[in-house]
Amino acid sequence: MILFILCFILFMVGLYGVMTRKNLIKIIIGVAVMEYSVNLFFILVGYVDGATVPILTKGFEKGPFVDPLPQAMILTAIVIGLATTALLLSIAIRLYRKYGTFDIRKINSLKG
Amino acid sequence: MEIYLIIMLVLMILGSIYSLHAKDLLSAVISYGIVGFGLVISFLLLQAPDLAIVQVVVEIVTLVIMIAVIKNTTHEENEKSFSFSTIFYLAVVLVFAATFFIIFDKMTGTLSSFGQHFTRMSTAYIEGAHETGSANLVTGIVFDFRAYDTLGEATVLFTAVIGVLTILRLKGKKKDYK
Amino acid sequence: MKGMGIIVVKVSQIIAPVIFLFGLYVIVHGHLSPGGGFAGGVIMASAFILQILANGAILPKLRHEEHGLEFLESAAILGFLILAGLGLIISGSFVFFANFINRGVVGQLISAGFIPIENIIVGMEVCAAIATIFIALVVFKDEVSE
Repeated sequence: MILFILCFILFMVGLYGVMTRKNLIKIIIGVAVMEYSVNLFFILVGYVDGATVPILTKGFEKGPFVDPLPQAMILTAIVIGLATTALLLSIAIRLYRKYGTFDIRKINSLKG
Repeated sequence: MEIYLIIMLVLMILGSIYSLHAKDLLSAVISYGIVGFGLVISFLLLQAPDLAIVQVVVEIVTLVIMIAVIKNTTHEENEKSFSFSTIFYLAVVLVFAATFFIIFDKMTGTLSSFGQHFTRMSTAYIEGAHETGSANLVTGIVFDFRAYDTLGEATVLFTAVIGVLTILRLKGKKKDYK
Repeated sequence: MKGMGIIVVKVSQIIAPVIFLFGLYVIVHGHLSPGGGFAGGVIMASAFILQILANGAILPKLRHEEHGLEFLESAAILGFLILAGLGLIISGSFVFFANFINRGVVGQLISAGFIPIENIIVGMEVCAAIATIFIALVVFKDEVSE
């Protein structure tokens, strides 16, 4: 249970970063931290004590396996996370070209 | 086993907190790497080598892209000292955290505790592994039982790439059309 | 973006093909050992990124490569859909993504029906996507400084 709570705290650190930081790069880092914590939580739920890697080899055809379903779902989520982080970074770099700063307060006050 | 995971998670939390408070953006990005590589070790401890291989390469590529962006623009961090709005945002975060924690506690109450997971859903997948003929069960699930997921993933990746190209393009390709 | 010194360029020229080959190995053995299309695709893309970082940006060449990679990515998704449709037609069971090739023996390199083919297609797609993102960032920076 303590592992689940620590995972939750990691998610909350990411949320804290998104809500209180004023720098675009740090906001992106906060989003990525939230995503990582969710990935880790899925794998933590699927772990079984004393089980092995879900790969069929000689002598381990039947043996207790770790749950392979969360692993298959997170496998795609990690690569999508890279692509979305790159999309956010490209938006940030474009805003920097237009306003000359990463500070969202200045970007906000320069509008109109 | 569990104690190592607790140590890794505490390290990841400390790294992310430092990363959000660093004075220089370059050190923020580098200490963000602690979170990703800690995740790699946690995946290895949790018997998920597929994910560990993907995560280690993805983390390196993410760091390279982030450092390229920062070297492209600016290092400086313009965080001001405490003001009234910072306290207000902190209060909002605390309210969110308390609400989320109540919901989280209720939801995880129905889960079995760590390591006692009962693979009810996946029993069919594990027993049906011989139908796919793939020795790696994760690959079997990704490409056979759940191939629609992979198709959706490919579409999302394609959309993200098109978005990056659209946002970063300075000159239009053909101006004769006007 | 400026390139690096002669030693870095030569060493990266030696190492990059090895990384690329390792990515291919991870993709082809995806149904037997840990790895698969996603991991191998990102490894192959990192070989491209190493070459670009070492050699610096040669803009016309990079633009040319970007067009090629975009084409490769679109072709990979189209191939994935065609494979799914072939499963619908050939197997006759009206299931999208039906595995219509003989499964073989579990544990051999040539087995598991069309899962290795899907692995290769997804590897192509991921490699092209990530290399395109990086090249777009590099080209943008150089176009700004022009």
